[in-house]
Amino acid sequence: MDWGFILERTFSTMFGVEVMVFALAAVGLNVQFGYAGLLNFGQVGFMAAGAYGLGVSMSYFQWNLAVGVLFGIVYSIILALILGLPTLRLRADYLAIVTIAASEAIRLFVRWRVMKPVTGASEGIGEFSDRFYDTSLNPFTVGQRYEFGPFSYVGRDLWVLLVGWTILIITVLVVKRLMSSPWGRALKAIREDEDAARALGKNAYSYKLQALAFGGVIGGIAGMLQVLQKGSIQPDTFNPVITFTIWAILILGGPGRTWSPIVGSMIYWTLVSFLENVLRGLPEGPSDTLEDTIGLSEFNVSQVRFILVGLGLLLLARYRPQGIFGSREEMALDDR
Amino acid sequence: MHPADRRRRNLIGLVAAIVAVLVMSSASTASAQSDDGTDGGSDDGAAGLGIFGQLDYEDPDSGEEVPLEGVTIEVTGVGTVESDAAGEFRIEVPSPGEYEVILQVDTLPEGINLRNPDANPLQSTVTENRDRRVLFPLVFGEAEADTTGAVSFRRVAQLTAEGLKLGLYLAMAAIGLTLIFGTTGLVNFAQAELVTWGMLCAYFFNFYGFAGVIGFLAPLPPPFGGGVNLVWAAILGMIAGGALGYVLNRFIFRGARRAGVSLIAQMVMTIGLSILLRYVFVYVFGGGPRTFGDFAAQRAWKLGPVELTPKDIVAMTLSVIILIGVASYLEMTRMGKAMRAVSDDRELAESTGIDVEKVITWVWVSGAGLAAVSGVFFGLDQVKWDFGFRILLLVFASVTLGGLGRPYGALVGALIVGLTINLSTLLIDAEVKNMIALLIMALILLFRPQGILGRKERIG
Repeated sequence: MDWGFILERTFSTMFGVEVMVFALAAVGLNVQFGYAGLLNFGQVGFMAAGAYGLGVSMSYFQWNLAVGVLFGIVYSIILALILGLPTLRLRADYLAIVTIAASEAIRLFVRWRVMKPVTGASEGIGEFSDRFYDTSLNPFTVGQRYEFGPFSYVGRDLWVLLVGWTILIITVLVVKRLMSSPWGRALKAIREDEDAARALGKNAYSYKLQALAFGGVIGGIAGMLQVLQKGSIQPDTFNPVITFTIWAILILGGPGRTWSPIVGSMIYWTLVSFLENVLRGLPEGPSDTLEDTIGLSEFNVSQVRFILVGLGLLLLARYRPQGIFGSREEMALDDR
Repeated sequence: MHPADRRRRNLIGLVAAIVAVLVMSSASTASAQSDDGTDGGSDDGAAGLGIFGQLDYEDPDSGEEVPLEGVTIEVTGVGTVESDAAGEFRIEVPSPGEYEVILQVDTLPEGINLRNPDANPLQSTVTENRDRRVLFPLVFGEAEADTTGAVSFRRVAQLTAEGLKLGLYLAMAAIGLTLIFGTTGLVNFAQAELVTWGMLCAYFFNFYGFAGVIGFLAPLPPPFGGGVNLVWAAILGMIAGGALGYVLNRFIFRGARRAGVSLIAQMVMTIGLSILLRYVFVYVFGGGPRTFGDFAAQRAWKLGPVELTPKDIVAMTLSVIILIGVASYLEMTRMGKAMRAVSDDRELAESTGIDVEKVITWVWVSGAGLAAVSGVFFGLDQVKWDFGFRILLLVFASVTLGGLGRPYGALVGALIVGLTINLSTLLIDAEVKNMIALLIMALILLFRPQGILGRKERIG
C-alpha cells in the first residue's frame, strides 16, 4: 500500500474545498439549529438556491459575479421566507417536514425540462465560473500545483480555498459576535423557552424567521463556493444526503458552539478521505477478501461513506447529542 | 440495572440489528447481480449511453411484424436519428437524466399511426451504465385512442384510476407513520425505508426463497431454496417488514425512550437510520431498477374508459381490504382501541392500565408491516433502492393533510394527494407533479395546520 499517497490525500483534504464548503453550510445550520433551535432539514435547498442564483445570473443573463452573488443571496432569503412563513408558528417538526420536502422540490424544479433554457435542466449549467478565476486578484496560476509540506493543491482550488476560508472565518466571527449581541441572546432565549421569551415581549416568530434566513444565506454562499470550484452546476448534486451530512458534521462538532462546524467538518472529511483512500488502495489479498465477504468493490466503496454518515448520525443523536466536545449546557437537541 | 450496562446492551442490540440487515441483504444481491447480469457495468463497451428501440407494426393481412425504415426519432436537445432496415434506432445521449423522445409523425409511412398518440413525445429516464429502450407501438390504420382535446373523458378516468392506486398504496405507508407519531410523538423519517425494505424483501424472496443465496441450500425446494411465487413473496415481505419494525423499536427506539432521549434527538436518529438503511440497500442491491420475477409484463385490461393491468386491480382490491381491516382493527379489537387511546392521551391511557410499551411495539410492527405491503405493491411497477425516499414527500403530505397522528386522516389525505397529483397532470407537466404535494402541504399548514381531520390543540 502506498501510505505516502494516502497520507498526502488525507492531509490535503483537511483544509480542502469540501471541508470549507461543508463547514460554511454547517455554520448556517448552526445559526438555525444550534442557536435558534430550528429543524432545517433542507440546507441543501439553500445551497442550491445560492448556486443557481449565481449560475443563472452569470450564464443566462450574462451579468457579472457581484450581481450573481447578490442574486444567490436574494434567492436564499426568498426560500427562507417561503419555508418559514407557514411553518414557524407551528410545532418544530413541521419545519423539518417542509424543509426536507422543499429541498427535493427545488431539485425537481431546476431539472424540469421546461426550465432547460434557464437552468439547463438535467444537464445543469457549465462555463460560468471563468470570471471568478480570471480576476487580477487571483495570485495563483490556475493550472500549477502548489505544495506546502504534506499539503498539495492545484492553483485553481487554492484560489477558491483562499476566498472560501476567508469568508468562512469572517462568517464564524460575525456569528460569534451576533450571538452575544441582544439579537443573539433573544434567539437563544426563544430556543430555551419560547413562551417566556414571548412573555417578555420578543416577537419569536420574527426572530426565528430572521435566523432561518440568515442561516440560509450562509448556506447559499456555501453553495456558490461549491459550484465555483466545480465550474459547473449539476442539479443532482443537490441531493438530500448533503443536508444529512451537514447535520452529522454539526452534531459531531457540537451544535450551538462557535467553531464546531469547522471542527466537525475537518473530522468528518479527514475520516472519510482516509477510509476511502485506504479501501481503494488495499493490496490484492485483503481487497479480494473484502469483495468476497461483504461484496465491497470499487463500484460501491463510495457508498460506505453514506452508510457511516447514517450510522454516525444515529449514534451521535442517541449517545452524544451535544457533540464530541460539547457540553450539555449549550445543547440544542432538546424538546421545545 | 447499572446505566452503563444498559447502555452497552442497547449498543450491542443496535450493532446486532445492523449486522443482521447487512448480512441478509448482502447475500441477496451478491447473487442477484451474478444471475441476471443486467447490472454493474457497460455492456456495450466503449459506446456511451443511449436511447434505443425498434419500430414495427403488425400487418393486418399476414399477421407478420413489418419493420419500418427511415422514420425520424428526435431526442430534444441531443439530435435526431432514422430507423434502419430492421426498424431499429439508437441515439447516444451525453449524460444520465430525463430526455424527451419524439417520433416525428410526418415521417411515418402512409396508413401507419401511433397506437397511442398521447404517448408522443415520451419522457425517458436514462440511468447510469445502461441504455434505455423506448416503445412507440404502431398500428396499421386509425389510432385506437380517443384524441379529441387534451382533457378527454378517457384521460380523466385513467388519471383518476391511477390516482386512486397511488392514494391507496400511499395510505398504507402513511398510516404507519401517523400511528407511530400518535403513540410516541416521533416523526419517523425512516418510514420511507420501511417501504423500500418491504419491496426489496419481496424481490429477494421472489427470486431466492428463504436461503437460496447460501450455496449449499440452493437446491432445496421452494420456499427454502429457490424463489417463491410473488404472492408468497409478498406475504414474506410483509412479515419481514413487521420484523424490522419490531427490531427497530426493540433495539433502538425503546432504549432511547427509556434513556430520556428527546423527541428531536430521536427524530435525528430516524434520519440517520434512514440514510444508513438506504445506502445499505444500494450497497447490496445496486443502483439500477428491477422488476419482480412474476407478472412483470402484463397486458392491460380495458374496464370501460380505464386501462389497468390485472396485477394493479388485484393489488388495489387487496389494499382496500387491508385498509378496511386496519380500520376495523382500530375500532373493534382491544389492541386497536388501546392504540387510539395512547394516541389521544398517553398518561390517561397508562393510568387506566394500558401497557403503553406493548402498544408501541404493536404500532411499530403493524406500521412497518403496512409500509412493507405498500412497498410490495409499488414494486409491481418497479423495484428500486431509493423508491421509498422518492415518495417520502407524498407520505408526509398525506399525513399532514389528514392531521399528524390521525389514522383516518392519513387515509383521506393519501387519497386526496394521490388523486390531486395525478389529475394535476391535466394542467401541468407530469415531471413536476410531485411538487403539487408540497403545495398542498404548504397550503394546509398555512390555513388549517391541524389537518382536515385533526383537532386544534394538536399543533401546540
